[in-house]
Amino acid sequence: MSKKMKDNSFQECIKCTVCTAYCPMAAVNPCYIGPKQAGPDGERYRLKDKKFYDYALKYCLNCKRCEVACPSGVKIGDIIARAKLASGECKPGLREMILANTDIMGSLAVPFSPIINPVLKWDISKKMMDGVLGIDHHREFPTYAKETFESWYKRKAAKTQKKFDKKIYYFHGCYANYNYPKLSQDLIKVLNACGYGVQLLDKEKCCGVALISNGMQKQATRQAKTNLRSIRKAGSVVLTTSSTCTMTMRDEYPHILGLDNSDVRDKIQMALKFIFEKVDAGEIKLAFKKDYQKKIAYHTACHMERLGWWIYSTQLLKMIPGVQLEILESSCCGIAGTFGFKKENYEFSQSIGSKLFDNIRYANPDYVATECETCKWQIEMSTGFQVMNPICILADALDVEETQRLNQIR
Amino acid sequence: MKHYDVIIIGGGITGAGCARDCALRGLKVLLLERFDLTNGATGRNHGLLHSGARYAVTDAEAAAECIRENMTLRKIAAHCVEETEGLFITLPEDDLNYQKKFIESCRNAGINAEAIDPKDAIRMEPSVNPSLIGAVKVPDGAVDPFRLTIYNAYDAQLHGAEVLTYHEVTSFIKDDSGRIVGVKALSHIDKKEKEFYATITVNAGGIWGSLLAKKAGATVNMFPAKGALLIFGHRVNNVVINRCRKPADADILVPGDTICLIGTTSTRIPIEECDHVRVTPEEADLLYNESIKLAPSLAQTRILRGYAGVRPLVASDDDPSGRSISRGIVCLDHETRDGIPGLITITGGKLMTYRLMAEMATDMVCQKLGNTQKCTTATTPLVGSESIKDSAKKADRSSQKAAWGRHGSNISQIAHDNAFDNALACECEVVSVGEVNYSIDKLGAKNIVNVRRRTRLGMGTCQGEVCACRAAGLIAKANGCADKAKEDLASFLQERWKGMYPVTWGNTVREAQFTSYIYQGLCGVDAYYKNNQDEHPVLEKEK
Repeated sequence: MSKKMKDNSFQECIKCTVCTAYCPMAAVNPCYIGPKQAGPDGERYRLKDKKFYDYALKYCLNCKRCEVACPSGVKIGDIIARAKLASGECKPGLREMILANTDIMGSLAVPFSPIINPVLKWDISKKMMDGVLGIDHHREFPTYAKETFESWYKRKAAKTQKKFDKKIYYFHGCYANYNYPKLSQDLIKVLNACGYGVQLLDKEKCCGVALISNGMQKQATRQAKTNLRSIRKAGSVVLTTSSTCTMTMRDEYPHILGLDNSDVRDKIQMALKFIFEKVDAGEIKLAFKKDYQKKIAYHTACHMERLGWWIYSTQLLKMIPGVQLEILESSCCGIAGTFGFKKENYEFSQSIGSKLFDNIRYANPDYVATECETCKWQIEMSTGFQVMNPICILADALDVEETQRLNQIR
Repeated sequence: MKHYDVIIIGGGITGAGCARDCALRGLKVLLLERFDLTNGATGRNHGLLHSGARYAVTDAEAAAECIRENMTLRKIAAHCVEETEGLFITLPEDDLNYQKKFIESCRNAGINAEAIDPKDAIRMEPSVNPSLIGAVKVPDGAVDPFRLTIYNAYDAQLHGAEVLTYHEVTSFIKDDSGRIVGVKALSHIDKKEKEFYATITVNAGGIWGSLLAKKAGATVNMFPAKGALLIFGHRVNNVVINRCRKPADADILVPGDTICLIGTTSTRIPIEECDHVRVTPEEADLLYNESIKLAPSLAQTRILRGYAGVRPLVASDDDPSGRSISRGIVCLDHETRDGIPGLITITGGKLMTYRLMAEMATDMVCQKLGNTQKCTTATTPLVGSESIKDSAKKADRSSQKAAWGRHGSNISQIAHDNAFDNALACECEVVSVGEVNYSIDKLGAKNIVNVRRRTRLGMGTCQGEVCACRAAGLIAKANGCADKAKEDLASFLQERWKGMYPVTWGNTVREAQFTSYIYQGLCGVDAYYKNNQDEHPVLEKEK
């Protein structure tokens, strides 16, 4: 462990146990000892002898809700994540390699997406993945795009984006690249209307969150270094659209991987926060379609809760005149990235999310809004409601011409 | 009235060791302890499995005894011992020339002391002060004095001995010839005085042994020396760190179970104060400041509590002036020494040499009883330490792994069949409900403090905040009395607070405050506190 990672925060714990009361996993799984026990309590024993590593730590979702709840500032989720990596107990198998390497799988799948997408939906392939790999058959893999966002950008957007006076960098992440380029395109649409040209980073890799949670520390560190290099080279604010990528690059890089990102951490920002702050400061103005009428239920994803930035998203959504916004009680949807895809976790995953699903059904919105792609898959699969990133809602509702006029574009 | 071969007074390590040795040699044994086992000096020391290196330069005999017993305890008490190794470091302000003399003295005493490169010392123990200029590796270790004593007593019981805690000897019973034939003891449980008869009585009362001897009409000169220690919240070191210099205050840092502790100081005190020692602010400051010199990261480490014990230093026999004080073993036959037949005093010595002390006292007892059995304690493992490797394999949960460390192969007796038994009573030290019940049923725990000594319940970071009420519930169930358990809960919390008081700053004061919100504010436990508990003298209110 490097000196930078020396984290003594576990000593601050005064055993109030509020973390365990907030833990979504401890509430449904009696085998999970809860964040207090797994984190600060367990750490004392692990310092004595590594053999005191408890197998139950594998149930930790890394949702970080414990850290939000903790009144003493203990980095409980980080302590558990580091202990898991240090234990070597979560050695990745084939399934973990497939689930965690979103970059490689995406690059391989996109060219064959017309074939792969329907095949992944066949019952027989789901059963095979369930039996052979242990990926639960209830799960539906996100469909792959016909073309990656990166290649679309090079082909269609790169030139026009250079024409803008004001430029801003964008870290798209895997989901917006391989599965849902529309999210990135919507962001470009909104930012362009406000007078910003969107630039991509020199070289972008998957943020590595799935690698970390599946025990592939070395590869995660390699990718993190590439990303940090690119962000440093950009030298200015880098926007993101995924809450988990953001949290990973800002907090997991230093706390789990021991990489110093203090020089660029504040520059990594969610686009929604950036836009809200610019609007709030009067630097940009937004205009919305008169006929846009939607009921939207906002779900606070766990890592959004950790970042504390849901306030920007919801304030932005409230600016849209035709939006009737309901902020759902903040709770975990249960998927936790790759966790819920694993067969043995399916039941836990669904019972953790059940409260949220009920709340969504009760709210009965046109869309559920959330910044997290895995929450999106989970909620869509479990409730049937369509889930959108707030950026996409913003783009749909935006009166582009009027916004351009307000911001004096051309 | 039942008659015993031998009554042993004192439930410290010496008394428990004697009880076991006597029982193994087939004697009918009664062990009497005025409070709980380990309540005196035994439960208030460093828990250091001395290699003897510390005494090598000043007391070659003690050093040689230490290393022999050190090697013996590793074999016979494996589940009470942790083989950590030790370092004697020389800091820039220390004289490096001392190291040569130190190593030579160690070797003469039979201690394997080896000078190593300071860089290797840092590799061996990364928390050590990196500015060290010399390092010597010695076979130090850690020993848990609670476990060691309790399992000596338990082993004795398994061999037929009777152990009565909370029985305070008030006087000796003499026959017409002046021979001591038994004792009168006041039971603190039912407040009744009882008589017990035996052919031989062994006084193993430690520092209080001189008061006992006085009751019998003999004089044993004791020189109580208070030693204070601080406990840190977790382990920063996994190797014992000593200063390589003439023994001084606060120069040993021992990793003990989940914590590490720095000690000690040495202050002469009058014998009347032995029951009421506490850590002064000056001692706490000294210990803290010196500890940082051994391991700098201790400056950022939470201090859990401070405590103080009294060393039973004794004048070498028949030197009433007390000039020649020894840490050596003193075994007195009062028949030849003072004309009081039937009484033996075993005192002096150290935790490390308890087995040897027990052997010497038992040899004397056997000689008087005409018993020819040879001592076997140097080769017969303590109950729990016999097949320690096999039992380790069975451990699955953290609580079982921790319990295995505490009870060795005895964990087979700890219930773990259902969710209730497996539930944790103490979360910091991972003590299951099953383990608490085991300590009550098999190890003779009568209250929460007793449970603590037998399991580590309440010894962790929160100092009883989370576990005290659970333990009170289990005690109430076992004793069938909720009112008594509430009193017990109050006195347990008071006892925990006593140790936290000398170090109430930082997180320790936050923790104490939170505990007081719960138990005083919410539960009103104060109402149950009885200010007459001899065992846990209450803190002066005004301070």
